[in-house]
Amino acid sequence: MYRIRFHGRGGQGMKTASRILGSAFFLSGFEVQDAPRYGAERRGAPIFAFVRAGRAAILERGNIDRPDLVVVADDTLVAIPGAGVLAGLHADSVLLLVTTVPADDWQQRLNTTGTVLTLPPPGGSERDPALLSALCAGAAARLTGAIEREALIRAVDEELALYPADTIAANRAGALAGFDALAVAAGRVGESGAVAADGYDAPDWIDLPADGVGLAAPTIHAGATSVEVRTGLWRTMRPVIDLEKCHRCTWVCGTFCPDGVIGVDAERYPVIDYDHCKGCMICLAQCPTHAIAAITERQGREADIAAEGEQA
Amino acid sequence: MTRTLLTGNGAAAWGARLARADYLPAFPITPQTEIIETLARWIDMGEMDCRMATLESEHSMITAAGAAAATGVRVFTATSSQGLLYGMEMLYTVAGWRVPLVMINVSRGLAAPITLETDHNDILAARDSGFLQLHCATCQEVVDAVLLAYRLAEDPAVRLPVIVNLDGFHLSFTREPVELPDGDLADRFLPTFDPGPGEIRAGKPTSQAVAVLGGGPYSYFRYECHLAALAALEVHRRNVDEYAGLTGRRYDALECYRADDAEVVFVMLGSFATKAKAAVDQLRQAGRPVGLVRPRLLRPFPEADLRRALAGKVAVAVIDQNLSIGKGGVLHGEISGALHGVSGAPPVIASFIGGLGGRDITAEEFFEIAGQTARAAESGQVPPPRLLYTLHELAEMRKLQAIAHVERQEEVPGP
Ligand code: SF4
Ligand code: SF4
Repeated sequence: MYRIRFHGRGGQGMKTASRILGSAFFLSGFEVQDAPRYGAERRGAPIFAFVRAGRAAILERGNIDRPDLVVVADDTLVAIPGAGVLAGLHADSVLLLVTTVPADDWQQRLNTTGTVLTLPPPGGSERDPALLSALCAGAAARLTGAIEREALIRAVDEELALYPADTIAANRAGALAGFDALAVAAGRVGESGAVAADGYDAPDWIDLPADGVGLAAPTIHAGATSVEVRTGLWRTMRPVIDLEKCHRCTWVCGTFCPDGVIGVDAERYPVIDYDHCKGCMICLAQCPTHAIAAITERQGREADIAAEGEQA
Repeated sequence: MTRTLLTGNGAAAWGARLARADYLPAFPITPQTEIIETLARWIDMGEMDCRMATLESEHSMITAAGAAAATGVRVFTATSSQGLLYGMEMLYTVAGWRVPLVMINVSRGLAAPITLETDHNDILAARDSGFLQLHCATCQEVVDAVLLAYRLAEDPAVRLPVIVNLDGFHLSFTREPVELPDGDLADRFLPTFDPGPGEIRAGKPTSQAVAVLGGGPYSYFRYECHLAALAALEVHRRNVDEYAGLTGRRYDALECYRADDAEVVFVMLGSFATKAKAAVDQLRQAGRPVGLVRPRLLRPFPEADLRRALAGKVAVAVIDQNLSIGKGGVLHGEISGALHGVSGAPPVIASFIGGLGGRDITAEEFFEIAGQTARAAESGQVPPPRLLYTLHELAEMRKLQAIAHVERQEEVPGP
């Protein structure tokens, strides 16, 4: 059975990637199971999705503990332990990263001798997040060596059937770009067997101690802890307010922001707390004067660095 | 009949569509919402002739469902977890009205602490309500179970509402190959609902909400519900035969997997039973005679079938994805009760509790459960109930506690 995990951030299309790959396997005659796995659904939060494919009915369920292939659409996730990107990688696993950093560097950073492959992000320096999912699915399909181009294209068409023709065409191209880019490593990802019942590692079950209620009640003994969680790190798009156009009707953007991160300064202008703005762009959609623009987070960070440079 | 990839939620929606549900009272809750969203889209696009109403709570939703069913229309609804509990008062009430409807429950653990992930405490809280219960292990089973549920609920000998249960995430959001019955076949198996003489019409008012005092009338109505539920065992058996004849897919009250010649048998509900099957295959390869028995029908309880399936076994391991606080696994109690005093009852009925709130049960854990249960049979010592929890999990928990308690600067014990 093939066991494949896709990691990305909410909004980067990892569910779509898993579905394109799942459908491509299914169209190639495999039994398939695919599923996204997320917590509270939020744009920008780390999520993963997985695909199992084999010749017999699939009985396994839930998380893939020992993946044959891990595809990471956003290289900033590697450093976040909670994202669990590297979990369960074994000697025969393949790690595919969408990144501009060379594979050798990743191998050193991760201190691994396992196979690490890289793909440049789609759309060059502009990055086109809309095509990430197709790219990742196409790349994964080629790595298995079990899926033909035609099945991949049909899978893209099926999964995006509700979208306009130009979106489908762009995603076909994206999937094929991933597929072709990994021609050199075609078939590199193999199927692995199930854990055998003789000679398995016994689970380290314990008898849970009965802790006192002070410890055992699900309580966080501190105030305002959510401030400490910098949800702004999840952002892939950044809202920027043009104060020239702004009419200071902050009850509009300030009320609609679902995270309550638009404050008001002494001049009654809106101020976005970027440590906690998750980039949902609801404020952009609501602003009556079109004073809010969207830039990619990458552009935003480059602008921040330039501004810091000027200050120094 | 073609096979397509569908999620459990998609399969549930298809079940309602194939059953030609007339009325859909709805209230959203994760991980169920996709079902009503899918149906809403079909209704909006004119692909399904159904009236949808959004209610302000599950309590009202179940009331509306029962009231509509009393008028003789086919009613479908869906909920999960906290929603099911919020509507609990009306579960008992609507079942007492003796009206047929089908409700999906997408199983999700109960607060507190709150979670989105699956276990069976929600559906088992509805165990005694009078709603019959069908439990699913695959997305294929979900669509088939919805049709079987209507057929059962609407049978004049039964006339009780049915819940079809599927696990959150592991079925609700997981796509698997599903063979959709075609419309003609569904229509043949499930003709238009004929409510018979009890139907309520505007010109023919009746009252469902009678009050009775003195115990005698009350007992009568409750006993009659119970007898109807027991009669459902035989009705379901016939329905299953007919459905198997039409589709080739059999859904007996019990699924028995490699259980005939097994010495040790896993007993569990829901989608993790497919993981148990995979473990059974591996254990068999290692020469260990292990099997699985999975109740699909939990209410009515297929007691006679269970006795037949489990009598003569060396040992049974009941794996509960639920916890009756202060007692233990709910299914363990039910299985023990069914086997008590039966000749050939397995001497060991061991209890394992795990998979709460989305926690996995790994292949290694299934192997260990089989091993410990077999060893218990050899020694004749029934082990105490085992709460599946690893040293590693406790260490992770201690880390979280250390963070949560930082301002109090309390000592958090090590694992
Ligand atoms: S809604 Fe737009 S115009 Fe109004 S305060 Fe916010 S940014 Fe300014
Ligand atoms: S509404 Fe605007 S400010 Fe608020 S989180 Fe979304 S993008 Fe950020």
